[in-house]
Amino acid sequence: MEHAHPEAHDHDCCAHHDHHHELLVEGLTVHYRKILAIENIDFATSCGNRIALVGPNGAGKSTLLKAIAGLLPRSAGTISWRGTTVRKWSREFAYLPQREDVDWNFPITVRGLVEMGRYPHLGLLKRFSPADTKAVNSALETLNISDLHHRQIHELSGGQQQRAFLARAIAQEAHVLLLDEPFTGLDQTATQSLSALIHELSEEGRLIIAAHHDLSTAPALFNQTLLLNHLPIAFGPTPEVLSKSNLQNAFSPTVA
Amino acid sequence: MLSDPFFQRALLAAVLIGFTNGYFSGFVVLKRTALSVSALSHTMLPGIALAILLTGALTQANAFIGALTAALIVGLGSLVVSRNSRVSQGTALAILYTTAFALGVAILRYLSTPAELEEWLFGDIMSVSDNDLWMSFGIAVLVLLSSTIFFRPLLLTLFESNVAAAQGVPVRSMNYLFFGLLILALVASLQAVGCVLSVGLLVSPAATISLLTNRTNLLFWGGGLLGALGSVLALIIAWITGISAGPAIVLVLGSLFLLAFLLSPRYGLLSRLPRRQQS
Repeated sequence: MEHAHPEAHDHDCCAHHDHHHELLVEGLTVHYRKILAIENIDFATSCGNRIALVGPNGAGKSTLLKAIAGLLPRSAGTISWRGTTVRKWSREFAYLPQREDVDWNFPITVRGLVEMGRYPHLGLLKRFSPADTKAVNSALETLNISDLHHRQIHELSGGQQQRAFLARAIAQEAHVLLLDEPFTGLDQTATQSLSALIHELSEEGRLIIAAHHDLSTAPALFNQTLLLNHLPIAFGPTPEVLSKSNLQNAFSPTVA
Repeated sequence: MLSDPFFQRALLAAVLIGFTNGYFSGFVVLKRTALSVSALSHTMLPGIALAILLTGALTQANAFIGALTAALIVGLGSLVVSRNSRVSQGTALAILYTTAFALGVAILRYLSTPAELEEWLFGDIMSVSDNDLWMSFGIAVLVLLSSTIFFRPLLLTLFESNVAAAQGVPVRSMNYLFFGLLILALVASLQAVGCVLSVGLLVSPAATISLLTNRTNLLFWGGGLLGALGSVLALIIAWITGISAGPAIVLVLGSLFLLAFLLSPRYGLLSRLPRRQQS
């Protein structure tokens, strides 16, 4: 668990408005099981934004997320964050899997899960310091799950499970949160509270990037959208990107 | 009974093997790979049989090497097959280990020492030599040390490998490390319970603990303690009643699991029954 990275980890990365932290993705191409999954993805954004990755099923939304997180090898392209090239993974990126991909019966408490966010800071053997405990506590507070910290993760509701993983990312001091379909399977109350949280986190200066399949809710949740279908189709403010012609382009069956 | 040198050595072996396997059973329970453990343990049979066939004699060393080689081939082979095809690792493992076990059974009839082979199938802890003890000790140190050092990345990998990889954990290496240590622990338990029963020692201690507590750490240390104490208790029972030690160990650990299953205050079957006569 080596971490070579710019040492500055001020909590809210956009606190100083004079230098925005930029995420630059250029020419990103990924093959998944030897099949071309995404090709030539380009976009530039900065922290404080909430980005939806939108496209038809199998368009490569999850693949793009995983590639940014460093889970899939890139065939071509570069990613840079805060002016530094991210070669494989960055401690300042956190990946949150789809809820159904997680083994919720794993015997671990909410606190134990959030403590895992500190592991990259601690390495193999360093002990938990009071500062680590503080980071865990404040992450639990930010996500409003302090009172659940002794619960087993399988005792949580869907919305609480999402928040537990977000708390892990916050405890990791991640600035870029990569969420795979975070709203899938949540009821309306949970959706609203997660939406409020995501707004809060982005206002604090974090960059949120989420695969999102629901076109109708995208404008309210995300201020920017990357529309893709293997190839990038449009990127920019959500209402502009989700124009009729763009959507036709993305969802028409003739697109390669 | 304590003055008997055979019993003394057996006791020491039981503590060493019981603790190591019990501790590692924490990982096995978390990874939910009881099937793989069962597969690997059965794989040891052809390994040992082939080693005897090739060298013409059943010695500690060649049985050990045979078991290790066969387990490695099947264990890592299943990883390679699943990585490079659409077949899942569980499926690949099931095919490879039944094939290997069948091969072992087929070879059995060509061996001149089938009686001794029973020892390797079901263990004979009362006959451990000083060399065996040193080997168990070495394996115990290696397994406990590496799983302590790599505890965090192993735990992250077992829980959610994608999130772990995004945190920079070398997930693939951790999977190989897990299987490597698993095989070592299995080989160590050969002497005590034999390859067929070794699954019991590598699964039930932590599974029992998991019924009693929610604390992840206790799975490991509690599992180790339970494995060691259970094995010692089984040895004493075996000495008194005259039943074989290997089956006794698995019986005791299995009974403890059953007890926890029935009586655990939190997850026990009885605690879930409607309370009719509260006195």
